[in-house]
Amino acid sequence: MNIVVLVKQVPDSGAERNLTSDDNTVDRGSANNVINEMDEYAIEEALKIKEAHGGEVTILTMGPDRATESIRKALSMGPDAAVHVVDDALAGSCAVATSKVLAAALGTLNADLILCGAESTDGRVQVLPHMLAERLGVAALTGARKLTVDGASLTAERQTEEGYEVVSAATPAVVSVWDTINEPRYPSFKGIMAAKKKPVRTLSLADLGVSADEVGFAGATSAVVEHSKRPPRSAGTKITDEGTAGTQLVEYLVTEKFV
Amino acid sequence: MPVAPLDLLDLDDLLTDEERAMRDLVRRVADDAVRPHVAGWYERGEAPVRDLTRTFGEVGLLGMHLTGYGCAGASAVAYGLACLELEAADSGVRSLVSVQGSLAMYAIWRYGSEEQKQRWLPGMAAGELIGCFGLTEPDHGSDPAGMATRARRDGDGWVLTGGKMWITNAPVADVAVIWARAEEGVVGFAVPTGTPGFTAREVRNKMSLRASATGEITLDEVRVGDDARLPEARGLRAPLSCLTEARFGIVWGSLGAARDCLHTAIAYATSREQFGRPIAGFQLTQAKLADMALELQKGWLLALHLGRRHDAAGLRPEQVSAGKLNNVREAIAIARQCRTILGANGVSAEYPIMRHANNLESVLTYEGTSEIHQLVLGQALTGVSAFA
Ligand SMILES: Cc1cc2nc3c(=O)[nH]c(=O)nc-3n(C[C@H](O)[C@H](O)[C@H](O)COP(=O)(O)OP(=O)(O)OC[C@H]3O[C@@H](n4cnc5c(N)ncnc54)[C@H](O)[C@@H]3O)c2cc1C
Repeated sequence: MNIVVLVKQVPDSGAERNLTSDDNTVDRGSANNVINEMDEYAIEEALKIKEAHGGEVTILTMGPDRATESIRKALSMGPDAAVHVVDDALAGSCAVATSKVLAAALGTLNADLILCGAESTDGRVQVLPHMLAERLGVAALTGARKLTVDGASLTAERQTEEGYEVVSAATPAVVSVWDTINEPRYPSFKGIMAAKKKPVRTLSLADLGVSADEVGFAGATSAVVEHSKRPPRSAGTKITDEGTAGTQLVEYLVTEKFV
Repeated sequence: MPVAPLDLLDLDDLLTDEERAMRDLVRRVADDAVRPHVAGWYERGEAPVRDLTRTFGEVGLLGMHLTGYGCAGASAVAYGLACLELEAADSGVRSLVSVQGSLAMYAIWRYGSEEQKQRWLPGMAAGELIGCFGLTEPDHGSDPAGMATRARRDGDGWVLTGGKMWITNAPVADVAVIWARAEEGVVGFAVPTGTPGFTAREVRNKMSLRASATGEITLDEVRVGDDARLPEARGLRAPLSCLTEARFGIVWGSLGAARDCLHTAIAYATSREQFGRPIAGFQLTQAKLADMALELQKGWLLALHLGRRHDAAGLRPEQVSAGKLNNVREAIAIARQCRTILGANGVSAEYPIMRHANNLESVLTYEGTSEIHQLVLGQALTGVSAFA
């Protein structure tokens, strides 16, 4: 099975993140950039499917030059190759444009299965898998907590607030996963050493036949107009126990609709 | 924004992307598998050595600087960085990896027959088999040439008699590299620990390296075939060359313990208030922190220099002695100084400092005591041996 895993480089969600003041995009210069956490689960799922059914795993990343760090890191977990879509004109692309570029790149890859994280920790819009499937004209099994592959048929348990739904489709398809699906492996020393020898193909917009005005700030369907820092936390309410603290706490929880 | 002690000079610039990736991997493994539990292991005087060995084997940490037989073939610098990250969690856990990779596996890899390598190394690299290295004896520590353990030829094979003391991993090992005196001089064996006559009793009551299994080995007429003898090992130089390998890891590892102490002390000093302000604001505290940060970085540069030389041309024993002597001595000084910054909390098991300080007492002694390394350097500088 030919599997492509979408991997996005994002600022570390465990550290403080900022937007730049000039164009309201993520300030990647100051941030520690890492693989989007959910994508590691997609990589793990791809590797497990490859181990069980054979095939190849390719990483597909759209991002600036420095995203190569994340590509190497992803490759050190075990995938075979990577494709990096990199073009100055891509800066500021919205989800719609991103899906257009990734769909064009996938057009060159002949994938049976496209795996990705259900969301990225920076954008958190959760729409990319659906948009991509729509553009490619294939099924979208999204938000999977379990995936079973049987020949050309895919069955996923789709996680919902109340429980899960069982959905299935034939390949090719896009499957997005949550972090409940598996436990991603560590890279290994051998993997780290092998990663630098694995092929990473770069593609520009011209290579993909996408014109620069359809993407980036120019082609964005949405834009961040302004941003401001979350206000600092205000001091909490202190209840001194004079015999009625229990009642006061419950009343507080009720007014705040916690209970 | 305060900078971490090892970021002060941006020393990371001296590492390759690959070295940083390996360092980050070991840090992550230590954060997941060691740090959350190690204080408890230490307090109880036990560690899940077999589970840890398996976890480390999965990522390829064991014998990572060796080539072939399932080993990763990483650089000496990468191995050093791994030791530093492990020892930042605990010296006992780093000892497990040093003994497995640099002593037991290295001895077999360097001096073993092809059959011995095939038999032991892949399983040891994967963490399925645990090794130990028995050189020290109850009555022969710094002077292993005096060893009393004997290897006697018996038909096609050998009979081993004697005992080894202070042997890391011995209580849990599957294979013991045992050094013994034979008619032809010192010889080494890879002995399956299940061989009749071989017993390993756990050494209890250690006040140091408590998250590491240490054993006393008794060899009561242990019969092994000649295929257990390491054919390429001739004389005491063989075990001493293994020690040189392992010492290199300590040159780096000890800095990890020191770094962890310094991080702890800085975090404590910035939050603990006395006389109405953080103790970090007192000049005496800052002088301590500045001096410790300097020593830490000087030690790191020394380690990196030795690592780069190791990768390029190999190291002479006195060069490794210089690294071990300096870095362990400075690490223990840093641990003790950091302890003062935490006041009474410095002696509490709630903080890692006392654990590191106590661990470093073993590190100061094993793999050649500080005094012995002074003698090695003294001999290199003067041409006169002060040993005998
Ligand atoms: C926790 C732990 C784990 C260990 N693991 C292993 C292991 O896995 N395998 C193994 O083989 N060994 C191991 N050892 C043993 C260790 O290598 C020895 O303890 C060390 O070599 C010192 O030997 P000794 O304890 O007999 O001290 P001694 O040799 O008796 O030394 C006592 C003191 O005398 C000093 N001294 C000795 N000779 C001289 C001299 N000529 N000039 C000046 N001073 C001198 C020493 O420096 C030291 O200060 C371990 C030890 C510890 C504590």
